[in-house]
Amino acid sequence: MHVRHPVARLIAEAVSKTHRSERRGFTRVTHIYDKEFGEVSTADHAPTDVNRRDFLFIATGAVAAVGGALVAWPFINQMNPDAAVLALASIDVDLAPIAEGQAVTFKWRGNPLIVRHRTKPEIEAAKAVKMEELKDNVARNANAKNGDLATDENRVVGGKAEYLVMLGVCTHLGCVPDGANPSREFAVVEGATKTGGWFCPCHGSQYDTAGRIRKGPAPENLAVPQYAYLSDTKIRVG
Amino acid sequence: MSGPNKYQPTSAFGKWFHERLPIVGFAKDHMLDFPTPKNLNYWYTFGGILAVMLVVQIITGIVLVMHYTPQTDLAFNSVEHIMRDVNYGWLLRYMHMNGASMFFIAVYIHMFRGMYYGSYKAPREVLWMLGVIIYLVMMATAFMGYVLPWGQMSFWGAKVITNLFSAIPFVGDTVTTWLWGGYSVDNPTLNRFFSLHYLLPFVLAGLVALHIWALHVPGNTNPTGINIKGPQDTVPFHPYYTMKDAFAIVVFFMFYALFVFYGPNYMGDAVNYVPANPLVTPAHIKPEWYYLPFYAILRSVPDKLFGVIAMFSSILILLALPWLDTSKVRSGNYRPIFKGFFVVFAIVCVALGFIGSKPPEGSYVVWGRILTAYYFIHFLVILPLLGLLETPNPLPASIADDVLAKKKPMMLAPAE
Repeated sequence: MHVRHPVARLIAEAVSKTHRSERRGFTRVTHIYDKEFGEVSTADHAPTDVNRRDFLFIATGAVAAVGGALVAWPFINQMNPDAAVLALASIDVDLAPIAEGQAVTFKWRGNPLIVRHRTKPEIEAAKAVKMEELKDNVARNANAKNGDLATDENRVVGGKAEYLVMLGVCTHLGCVPDGANPSREFAVVEGATKTGGWFCPCHGSQYDTAGRIRKGPAPENLAVPQYAYLSDTKIRVG
Repeated sequence: MSGPNKYQPTSAFGKWFHERLPIVGFAKDHMLDFPTPKNLNYWYTFGGILAVMLVVQIITGIVLVMHYTPQTDLAFNSVEHIMRDVNYGWLLRYMHMNGASMFFIAVYIHMFRGMYYGSYKAPREVLWMLGVIIYLVMMATAFMGYVLPWGQMSFWGAKVITNLFSAIPFVGDTVTTWLWGGYSVDNPTLNRFFSLHYLLPFVLAGLVALHIWALHVPGNTNPTGINIKGPQDTVPFHPYYTMKDAFAIVVFFMFYALFVFYGPNYMGDAVNYVPANPLVTPAHIKPEWYYLPFYAILRSVPDKLFGVIAMFSSILILLALPWLDTSKVRSGNYRPIFKGFFVVFAIVCVALGFIGSKPPEGSYVVWGRILTAYYFIHFLVILPLLGLLETPNPLPASIADDVLAKKKPMMLAPAE
């Protein structure tokens, strides 16, 4: 019996070209079966014909492929963050006890969150940097607009330049950059020694006092997470 | 597999069983009677050593799981519990821990043996490629196993290695979050690594079966690199190579025991006896010794994405080796110039391992870059050109001829 619907016929024709051998296999088996029962009818299985079996062949294959993909999804998606992980996704931080020049590390979403109360010289050093000196001139601040430049103002929230809040996760391969010693000297720019900022011990990436990548393999500035001021000295992160 | 089944059962039960499941005949053909070149040297025993090491790792692993807890608050202490409280726990853990290093020592010797004797050349390309896949799965298995004790090096090793995937353009962050099951390496990561660390050795066992199947289609190579021409070139696998392999395995086990009993932590890192702390990175992190050459390649490229690409390419390039080596002569024994380059390449690999263990500063960076460049030049320039330019030495007429030529003085001795 021939496939009558024009679209189905088109698909069946295309498949019959690529799957001729399978179709012959079908024909042969049917033939033996018919032989056993003494009734031979070959009209439906002429090798060049596009018939209903071709259409059923792709239709079945398509259903199996889609079904397989649908069943695979839960097995893939189970590895994504679960509800319990997502529920722990925000914390409140009191900034008042953090003295000027002090940095405190909190644990947020399993990662270190660095909150630094910057000193005046640190802020001024960060403000003095020109955009063309930066390796990555995008703000990388979840609170800034897309495409904002990595100026010092765009690295903090609400114009509060003294509090720098960012993830202590090196954008290279995820180690915690060390900012414990603000007077440590290192070459932020080739040939010019600067102080402060963060240094990643794993592969030597160096970040300035606004957490911007200046040297080493890391591609991006340290990420500033989404946070908002609940009061003058209190923030909610996440 | 290959060849007809010549096994003839003698007992009535044997005959009855053979007609229903010819497994005894199969084992006889492939493990006892299999015709093997008569000139295999001790470099060829590492395949057998590797099979035994896989079994050792599976057995010690299964019993360790009876005492280990895959939970971030408990994992570190459960490993200490194995070391202090469990009967012979220290021995089982040290066997498993050093067994991984022994596994890699054996696999590296096995791979260099294959490279020297041209074991990857036609018709054994698929055999070689299966070997490369086995090596990749081994590396993944060992990496996930190293995370389980949940020490500082476990945690930061896991973080750095999983972060390699964040270098993938556009979907990198999505992929790493999916791998972690969170926003950092944490309990979900430990759980899935434990699950996969238990699974992959069995995948390895399956791949090894395929590897041996692919080996038994053309049969073994041999130090002359020429094909078997007749029965005079071969001996049955048993007892000749079962005994030779058994002897090599015993010697290898003595070397293994030396580490288990006298230097169990020699190849490890002391920092991994500090419990994992997600807020502090150790001052100097480095992977286990068997990854160091690739770690050096990763760090030699100053760009994140290209560093990751270079590292993965340095392993995947092995898949193309059968086509990169253009020489028609299989064995390095008959290739005078190749011999020299092979030694240089082996030294470069060890030197890269040394660079990988050092901090990325000063001359280590420069040397890392030179050696990384040479590693790729060896595969992409030297091997293809050498096959076209080099004049190989004359090959012996057959394996038997070669063996007899070497044995002549000894054969004559009793006649005097």
